[in-house]
Amino acid sequence: MNDASNAPRRWVPLALSGPALALFALMVLLPLGLTALLSFQQFHPERGVEGGFTLAAYAQVLGDAYYWEIFGRTGWVALLTTVLCVLIGGPEAYILSRMRRPWRSVFLLVILAPLLVSVVVRAFGWSLLLGPNGLVNQAFEWLGIGRVRMLYTPIAVVVALVHVMLPFMVIPVWTSLQKLDPMVENAALAAGATPGIVMRRIVLPQVTPGLLSGSLMVFALSASALAIPGLLGGRRLKMVATLIYDEYLHELNWPLGAAIALALLVVNLAVMLSTNALLEGAYRRRMG
Amino acid sequence: MQRNGPLALAFHTLVVGFMLAPLVIVCLVAFTPANTLSIPWGEVSLRWFRAVFEHSDLVQSFWNSLAVATIAATVAVALAVPAALAIARLRFRGRQALNGLLMSPLIVPHLVLGVAILRLFALIDARGSSAWLTAAHVVVVTPYALRLMVAALTGMDRAIEQAAQSLGAGTATVFRRITLPLMLPGITGGWVLAFINSFDEVTMSIFITSPQTVTLPVRMYMLATESIDPMMAAVSALIVGLTALVMVGLDRLYGLDKILVGSSQ
Repeated sequence: MNDASNAPRRWVPLALSGPALALFALMVLLPLGLTALLSFQQFHPERGVEGGFTLAAYAQVLGDAYYWEIFGRTGWVALLTTVLCVLIGGPEAYILSRMRRPWRSVFLLVILAPLLVSVVVRAFGWSLLLGPNGLVNQAFEWLGIGRVRMLYTPIAVVVALVHVMLPFMVIPVWTSLQKLDPMVENAALAAGATPGIVMRRIVLPQVTPGLLSGSLMVFALSASALAIPGLLGGRRLKMVATLIYDEYLHELNWPLGAAIALALLVVNLAVMLSTNALLEGAYRRRMG
Repeated sequence: MQRNGPLALAFHTLVVGFMLAPLVIVCLVAFTPANTLSIPWGEVSLRWFRAVFEHSDLVQSFWNSLAVATIAATVAVALAVPAALAIARLRFRGRQALNGLLMSPLIVPHLVLGVAILRLFALIDARGSSAWLTAAHVVVVTPYALRLMVAALTGMDRAIEQAAQSLGAGTATVFRRITLPLMLPGITGGWVLAFINSFDEVTMSIFITSPQTVTLPVRMYMLATESIDPMMAAVSALIVGLTALVMVGLDRLYGLDKILVGSSQ
């Protein structure tokens, strides 16, 4: 298509994307705007949302140590999940990439397929495994460690989050490893490099962008996960997501819930959008 | 090619065991004859599966989920095909912004979408409406369909379309006879991925479903927070089984690793 035929067809992109655009304006942009407004509205314990303009919800969140404790807990749980995903998912992706033909795709599927099973099912499976009489505690007892309370503690939440997030780490690392020619490793070994040097000088630089984008994805998703902390953390172990859930559906303090939800959105967007910036930086350093 | 050492294979075995453990355990516990959550070491029983089918709320929410996911995936594909054509084929101002908006449900946490849409529904009194719930699901699953279709279009050999055009085929004919059939794998894969993601969606739905429109994952979440009996394991086992069936089908059709790896970037 040349420019002459393009010019009178300005309406074509709009016509093609119009229906999707309209739906997303109505169901994404408008609700987010309404929620931003809601977070500045007054809340009365008996009369509910009253309108007006106030920073009360934000002041309440920022001024109360109770909320800071929940933010802090959510932060370190998400961070620990991310670190564990790097330590498990990185090596696993590398091992997968070194497997032979049929096994490689079989095990890649085994690692990725849980992605398609409902997160509620996976959380329930972990509650069976980590419960007071679960298989893990039976194994601990048999080993002489004794029973450990894991359910409704950060242990269960982190274990289940790692299980849910691991595919999001394996996929980008796997993708960056696909671009690595195995002959480069062989050449380095033939030239006298030790496996340690090959790992540090060839493999790690190749997978760093993958590890980085996987980490940001895992951190953002973990920080906003609801079903896992809801089912495995219980009421006592509140995280930001379960706090928002309670404010909306139990306390009915929607302005407060909206303020926390917006804070979560801003943190998430900052983390996710920095992916591109960081990745571009990483590539530029390697190319330059 | 290098081989994995014994240490690497041991690590790999542990990771695979870790990934499969929670799925295997629910399938085992589902067959318990006991009243408590336990692994049936001796005899097995189907009583908890019978309990699932006799639980009218669960059955109802299964049908709700099936209807919502089928319609949402179909509408998402119908919206994504023209949008993908615009994004992959045309250069226009705001193209990046359009792509960013249509992909935003992957970046905006479903939790935030859930409370935001709840506010909209409360203001327009749309709670309890299946149509509005389905519309929210369309938003959440459109990115999956769109991404596979943009990938299908960018990977397509334009020479075939140009050949048809130079032989006198009109724009509509080229689209119907060439472009659409070549997009078909992307469309099928996108539909299935959209369907699965809608069927599994819990975080947003938990805020915007009402007693009449509760979907299966939300119902299961509510059951799991109230009381836990082996019936939960039986529903979970059924879902694992259904998912496995869909995956085998999808793998035959399209190559599951391609869909999964391609869809998460």
